[in-house]
Amino acid sequence: MERITVQVPSSIDCIEEAVSVITRHCLAGATAEPREHFRLQVALSEALANAIVRGNREDASKRVYVQADLGPDRILLNVTDEGDGFDPATVPDATRPEGLEQDGGRGLFLIHCMVDDVHFNAQGNSICMTLRRP
Amino acid sequence: MALRETRQDNGVVVVHVEGQLVITNRAELKDRLQERLAAGDRRFVIDFTGTPYIDSSGLGALVTIAKRIREEGGDVRLAGLNDDLRQLFELTKLDTLFSISATPDQALAAF
Repeated sequence: MERITVQVPSSIDCIEEAVSVITRHCLAGATAEPREHFRLQVALSEALANAIVRGNREDASKRVYVQADLGPDRILLNVTDEGDGFDPATVPDATRPEGLEQDGGRGLFLIHCMVDDVHFNAQGNSICMTLRRP
Repeated sequence: MALRETRQDNGVVVVHVEGQLVITNRAELKDRLQERLAAGDRRFVIDFTGTPYIDSSGLGALVTIAKRIREEGGDVRLAGLNDDLRQLFELTKLDTLFSISATPDQALAAF
């Protein structure tokens, strides 16, 4: 299994390029369908935004660590920040009627929609996402 | 991302979004629509034909924009979403909050 590790500065300006680079490496040499690319893009960009904005609070002295394990049948993505962590069970359903007109709160929901499995560590500062390959 | 505006004879303003609508640039779209609202425009089409990706921050910006426009008695319709983006609206149930047309012309015809 091939492993890719990337350190991302805690700036939202770095998200787009980081997602582009990591996605390109994850899908290099594979006959990826456009759908797989989109799922990776959503999962990575939302996880990185959460880690940078909510986890590290855009603190320039902190980093976000991305680790991708590439297997023939799945991709494992770990995104870890240096923040205090949070309890994902406390995040409300983004599609509840009273939440529809709210600006935020859809990132984690979209991650769950796009990947096959989601786990957090006990501290809540590291998300592990599994994408099964078609 | 770049924004381009066209105005129809019936006063509807079409805002064409070229590029990704994401956390780093969502304020630009909010500010542009806010400017047009302040100038008296009330009916808008946001054209995403040139937009490959919208993240959750971009979706949130659209929710906020639509709320402000409707509070001012106006209306906003979305057009040109690709299949992946259309699915994001469906998953988040934002397709119940917005009128979504396949093309800008269809959105304009619905006003």
